[in-house]
Amino acid sequence: MGRRQFLKSSGGVALFITASGLLPNILSCTDSKGVERQLTKHDVTAWVRITEDGQITIYNPAAEMGQGSMTSLPLVFAEEMDADWSKVHVEFSPQEADIYGSPGWQPGTKLMFTVGSRTTNSYYSVMRKAGAQARYVLLHSAAAHWQVPITELSTGPSEVIHEKSDKKIGYGALVAYLAMPETLPDFSESGLKDPKDFRLIGSQIPRTEIPEKVDGSALFAIDLRLPDMVYGVLERGALHGATPTLTNEEDILAMEGVLKVVPFDYAIGVVANTLEAALSAKKALAIQWGDAQAKGFNSQEIYPTYAKMASAPEKGKTVNELGDVDRAWRTAAKTYEADFKNDYVYHAQMEPLNAIVQVAQDGQSAEVWVGSQQGPDTKLGIPGLLGIPHEAVKVNLQYLGGGFGRRSMNDFVVECGSLAQAMAPQPVKLVWTREDDVTYGCFRPLTLQRLKVSTDAQGTLTGFSHCVVGDGGNLVASGAGNDHYAIPNQWVEWREASHGVRLKHWRSVGHGPNKFAIEAMLDEVAHNQGVDPIALRRKLMVNATRALATLEKVAEISDWNAPLPEGRAKGVAFVEHGSLGTGVCEISVDRTSGTIKVHRFWIALDAGVVIQPDNVKAQMEGGVIMGISSVLKEQITVVNGQVQQRNYNDYQLLRMQEVPDSIETVILSSAEHPEGVGETATPMVAGAIANAFLRLTGKRLRHLPFTPERVLAVLNS
Amino acid sequence: MIMATYSLNINGTSHEVDVAPGTSLLWVLREHLGLTGTKYGCGIAQCGTCTIHVDGNPVRACILQVDTMAKGQQIKTIEGLSEKGDHPVQQAWITAQAPQCGYCQSGQIMQAAALLETNPNPSREEIKSYMNGVLCRCGTYLRILKAIEMAKEQTSKTS
Repeated sequence: MGRRQFLKSSGGVALFITASGLLPNILSCTDSKGVERQLTKHDVTAWVRITEDGQITIYNPAAEMGQGSMTSLPLVFAEEMDADWSKVHVEFSPQEADIYGSPGWQPGTKLMFTVGSRTTNSYYSVMRKAGAQARYVLLHSAAAHWQVPITELSTGPSEVIHEKSDKKIGYGALVAYLAMPETLPDFSESGLKDPKDFRLIGSQIPRTEIPEKVDGSALFAIDLRLPDMVYGVLERGALHGATPTLTNEEDILAMEGVLKVVPFDYAIGVVANTLEAALSAKKALAIQWGDAQAKGFNSQEIYPTYAKMASAPEKGKTVNELGDVDRAWRTAAKTYEADFKNDYVYHAQMEPLNAIVQVAQDGQSAEVWVGSQQGPDTKLGIPGLLGIPHEAVKVNLQYLGGGFGRRSMNDFVVECGSLAQAMAPQPVKLVWTREDDVTYGCFRPLTLQRLKVSTDAQGTLTGFSHCVVGDGGNLVASGAGNDHYAIPNQWVEWREASHGVRLKHWRSVGHGPNKFAIEAMLDEVAHNQGVDPIALRRKLMVNATRALATLEKVAEISDWNAPLPEGRAKGVAFVEHGSLGTGVCEISVDRTSGTIKVHRFWIALDAGVVIQPDNVKAQMEGGVIMGISSVLKEQITVVNGQVQQRNYNDYQLLRMQEVPDSIETVILSSAEHPEGVGETATPMVAGAIANAFLRLTGKRLRHLPFTPERVLAVLNS
Repeated sequence: MIMATYSLNINGTSHEVDVAPGTSLLWVLREHLGLTGTKYGCGIAQCGTCTIHVDGNPVRACILQVDTMAKGQQIKTIEGLSEKGDHPVQQAWITAQAPQCGYCQSGQIMQAAALLETNPNPSREEIKSYMNGVLCRCGTYLRILKAIEMAKEQTSKTS
């Protein structure tokens, strides 16, 4: 037994949970009825609760933003617990990383953070082990009840079986006899189910939260209303970081329903008793904005500067190095060089940012209701803001109306905390308008990427260098590497720019622009050599068996070599993002308007063990659609530091009439540890489209997004 | 800003609200009446997330002012589409496992239900055209299409 963790339950019961996080013992409580209530809940472990009727509640420690964690993680737990899935109900776990975290980035740490497609990957072993431990508690209890050795017992769906005496007892019936063992085995891989015995993992299980998402009852944070709740809004500058001076505070305070004006370093906040009153006041604010770093910055004019930076003799920060690229250049039969560019893009999650925070009158505790991707601080910055202990803040996680990386930062939660602090003890609902969400967004950075490739006399790739110029470190560097391509000499570097524009992880992060550049560059080589793009990659994947299998499979399902109708072409791109996938698209181009149409998309994916195959396919479909949207349409521009877009009228997303006819995914079977799938499809799209375009027109698309104007300019060049 | 009382007919029930004239019907539904299945996405009728039915027609609640909606119109929200969430469109949505984050889906479902009311047998292109005003960032469009085609089959079988 190690360090102990104090956990407050919703019933007001004090539970001590051991370091393993699995053995709750009710220790003390001032509310005896609360203890009774808690006792009747029958916790088996911190992860699961069983009632006499056999109903099982499993706690999901991850955010649910559409990726299916509300089903996939409990399903893994239920598999090892041998639970009857039809009896399982899922709830969010408390936001306590010591108990409910998965292994963090540093050894020995735990983390609750739904980012980087890490959920299934990082929780698979955690949930299996926890489920096996819950099953052990049930086995132990049945063994004690029947007075038989535990080794003689087995389980079926939600029942313990003693074959010798032909006895069975359901998990619900066992509740009356629950007995906690002194210690729980620390199940290693060998104590877990043999994957061939899985009844839940890998089968077609509908997602648990879908019914409430089709009858309108699913609650997002923006849907909650608390007693005495008031509404907060902020007016933030289109010039990120500019300081506001409010010149009509008295007029604002005199407006109907306005309760308070709360100044921020970068915004003016207004609290009112209705949302419409708060929004009216927001419109009426007269603010003089100061300067900020971004002033004078024009995003669409920065590329020549970036190109100069890429040409400077001083190297940037090394991201990856293999062999000696300089030697590859010296001995090359031929070299290729090209610059690829991408403009800023915005998350555009459908639910604008919002939160509800209630701070106690004495300021010593707070409660938060929010759709968040969580974070290293599971209390989302509120303890720091209020100067109170971590355990004095309770976070009630809600469904997320889209995350895509935007909800992995706490700016909006802390803003709401500040308003709630000013209004304590009234709860405050902070709502960002769509205009706030766009204009004060945190974007995927703009970059320029200079790629250089060398080949020998046989046309084999000998060197590959990738220089990324842009703001944001790993935001621009992720995915700039070629672990699955056998190229002996490689060099990846990042050259830093800084503009004061807010930036953030955006689905697949640097992989979007970087895989585009890499995959497009490979096809430029293939095109020049007159080699088939699949054949070129096949040769490069000689040492990457699993990657190669996705290439071969997608070539097969897309009928790669089949003749196409006039005006159509196919393009291919490979992506590693935890899971490995190769995508093929089929496109046509309207040469009058410059509009690219994606007709079909095929993906072959190796994600290791797949928990929910249909959900993985849904992630591929969604990833491709978001990819097409961003590649063909989406663009944030900055003029003199001011973000130019405000809403969906000038930040256009892909719509129903623009979707492909089909997106077909084949999942390769694998017994390897599960890998994330949320960010593998999106970064395939740009490369696949650019490569299809090259085969169709002989012209190269090198600047994202491929807007009709840019496509026409390329066609006419 | 003077408050006024408006009587709204929503999902077959009369509701009285005291709000300022000009208040968006969306805020009335969501923040005053707690009918939060109808979502806020853009406020300018660009995303369709707030789609409801007014006298059977799909409209965007965010740009409707409450004063113009208190004249006896029949307003229907996702909460009133079916008794038990079992409208053929909703059933098809579950079968197709259409939603991801789910935020836009009330709007999608209300738009789709209106389509099948007016055109029980739409072609794929007609469906796409009718649904074009409702955005989905998760990219569930193909499953929405599939669900509508399934609901269409179901409706034509039972009618």
